[in-house]
Amino acid sequence: MRRLILIAVPYLWLLALFLVPFLIVLKISLSDTAIAIPPYTPTLDLAGGWAAFKDFLGQLDMENFVWLTEDDLYWKAYLSSVKIAFFATVLTLVAGYPIAYAMARAAPEWRPTLLMLVILPFWTSFLIRVYAWMGILSNEGLLNGLLLKLGLIAEPLTILNTNAAVYIGIVYTYLPFMILPIYSALEKMDESLLEAAEDLGCSRLQAFWLVTVPLSKQGIIAGCFLVFIPVVGEFVIPSLLGGSGTLMIGKVLFEEFFNNRDWPVASAVAVILLLILIIPIILFQRNEQKQREAEG
Amino acid sequence: MAETVFAPWTDPQQKPLIQFKGVTKRFGDFIAIDNLSQDIYAQEFFALLGPSGCGKTTMMRMLAGFEAPTEGQILIAGQDVARVPPNKRAVNMMFQSYALFPHLTVWDNIAFGLRREGKSKAEIEPRVAEMLRLTRLERFARRKPHQISGGQRQRVALARSLAKAPKLLLLDEPLGALDAKLRQQTQFELMDIQEKTGTTFVIVTHDQEEAMTVASRVAVMDEGRIIQVATPPEIYEQPNSVYVADFIGDVNIIEGVAHPQADGYDILWVEGRQPLHAKSTRSFSNGQRCFLAMRPEKVAIGTEEPETRNKVKGRIIDIAYLGNLSTYHVEVPGGRIIKAQTANTRRLSRRTLTWEDEVWLSWTETAAVMLEE
Repeated sequence: MRRLILIAVPYLWLLALFLVPFLIVLKISLSDTAIAIPPYTPTLDLAGGWAAFKDFLGQLDMENFVWLTEDDLYWKAYLSSVKIAFFATVLTLVAGYPIAYAMARAAPEWRPTLLMLVILPFWTSFLIRVYAWMGILSNEGLLNGLLLKLGLIAEPLTILNTNAAVYIGIVYTYLPFMILPIYSALEKMDESLLEAAEDLGCSRLQAFWLVTVPLSKQGIIAGCFLVFIPVVGEFVIPSLLGGSGTLMIGKVLFEEFFNNRDWPVASAVAVILLLILIIPIILFQRNEQKQREAEG
Repeated sequence: MAETVFAPWTDPQQKPLIQFKGVTKRFGDFIAIDNLSQDIYAQEFFALLGPSGCGKTTMMRMLAGFEAPTEGQILIAGQDVARVPPNKRAVNMMFQSYALFPHLTVWDNIAFGLRREGKSKAEIEPRVAEMLRLTRLERFARRKPHQISGGQRQRVALARSLAKAPKLLLLDEPLGALDAKLRQQTQFELMDIQEKTGTTFVIVTHDQEEAMTVASRVAVMDEGRIIQVATPPEIYEQPNSVYVADFIGDVNIIEGVAHPQADGYDILWVEGRQPLHAKSTRSFSNGQRCFLAMRPEKVAIGTEEPETRNKVKGRIIDIAYLGNLSTYHVEVPGGRIIKAQTANTRRLSRRTLTWEDEVWLSWTETAAVMLEE
């Protein structure tokens, strides 16, 4: 009985805060837009009894999903989001792996401090940090000022409101999510494994590729998913740092919702986004499972 | 015709495989190895024995190439190896933690070193199969290290380090993680494999029994120096110092003053008592301080006064019953405790000695070793 309660708590939590909201979004995506509050029809009226409920069901349709396939804005935005998320993940990995490696190799008394430094940015609001990047990357910003002063460039570079700024913002923001799982994998690694590899004829570089990288594989996979999955639906970074050319589904969703006040289409966009992300989420779960089994 | 005894260290014609020449290793202020010179010969099973922090592991890591000597030279087959990195040495090491690659199968672990040599598949496969046979691991070839037992992992580590047929195999506390039974069994397996492959083994251990069992020669180390190098029987029977006598096995140490006699030495040990008598290969001057080191099993215990020169009367204050053996702690004049050990060849009920009994301890003139320090 106690066990049942223990298991029930997280399930009720998920039910109330994930499944119910999702069902609401799904329902809205099947509705029609209306000038009303809330801005869609039909709305469920339980007072009307069974007949009213049947009538309610009859009014739901797939119209919005059909619409998504008809306007090429949507699939382009999905594709562009996945593409940006993919390259941003690769960049974050390239930047994050050496940092995680250096942390795992640092003297044990330094590791907690380094870990703290990685987590430290979370103490400031995400929005403020992205705004700070606007100040750094703009034409009159700190970066251009520095480069001009050093004489490396004659004209200010246009970085803000381009995809480059979006990538910088994403790599900066999501770096800790990449570093932490890789660090935790590398830190667990027994250093005598590298000595054994050298002893058996590996150069240092070979030992890195043949031992260190495979042993941190689970960390790499976990880090990549932790970056990729939220970046696909990212809204704040592309809308603040990106320009008109930056097409991301998060931005489209926001515009449908707030600018067009088309809740049903926005909901349909969200449902499709979730379906797209289910595949990497399942892969991520399987990776975690595999890791637990390997450690068990 | 007796088999010729393997003892290349007694033959000046033999060239040693490994030479330490005045090697010193410092870590900051700490001296791990202190001006050490030692030869190790091909096909030896050489044990480095000592308490933790005595420098034995540092010596091994210098042979493997993970540490470089601060001063002095290390020669392997006549070649100075100071500048040779670990991956270019014909030396392999079996790590204390085994250091098996957890992402590779047993088979791939063993093949790891061979692949790095760029050998073809046709060469690698039979060699790995041979190693699996040697270590009786054929059935586990496809398993990952976490799917096999500790004893099997230990054998994989051994197979992996032997696969490249190194000139020299280093074993760092190889049996530390095994339980007593498996340990003993594996010690014999190790000796067997060493004999079959003809590889030179250098083993680091803090377990004196293990060193005595497997090694052709044992080096007892303390504070970065080798105190004594000898075969196991020599180390046990003729220790060169109180440190070695005390480190290897159980021993009674009696301090006294030596007085040369025609047939050995009289040793005055307690004021107003009959002096003890011992023969010695070392010479002592009249009145020199000395230590008698005497193994408990060489001390006889009985209730009747024996007809020997060395005899002491005392009282049993403790009995350690080990099953096959019993060790009696006997208090003798001057408050000193002397341990005497007997084999329990009779059943318990037939033995008469018990606590508080007055007994006679006795030993022969050659039973004890006289030591200066």
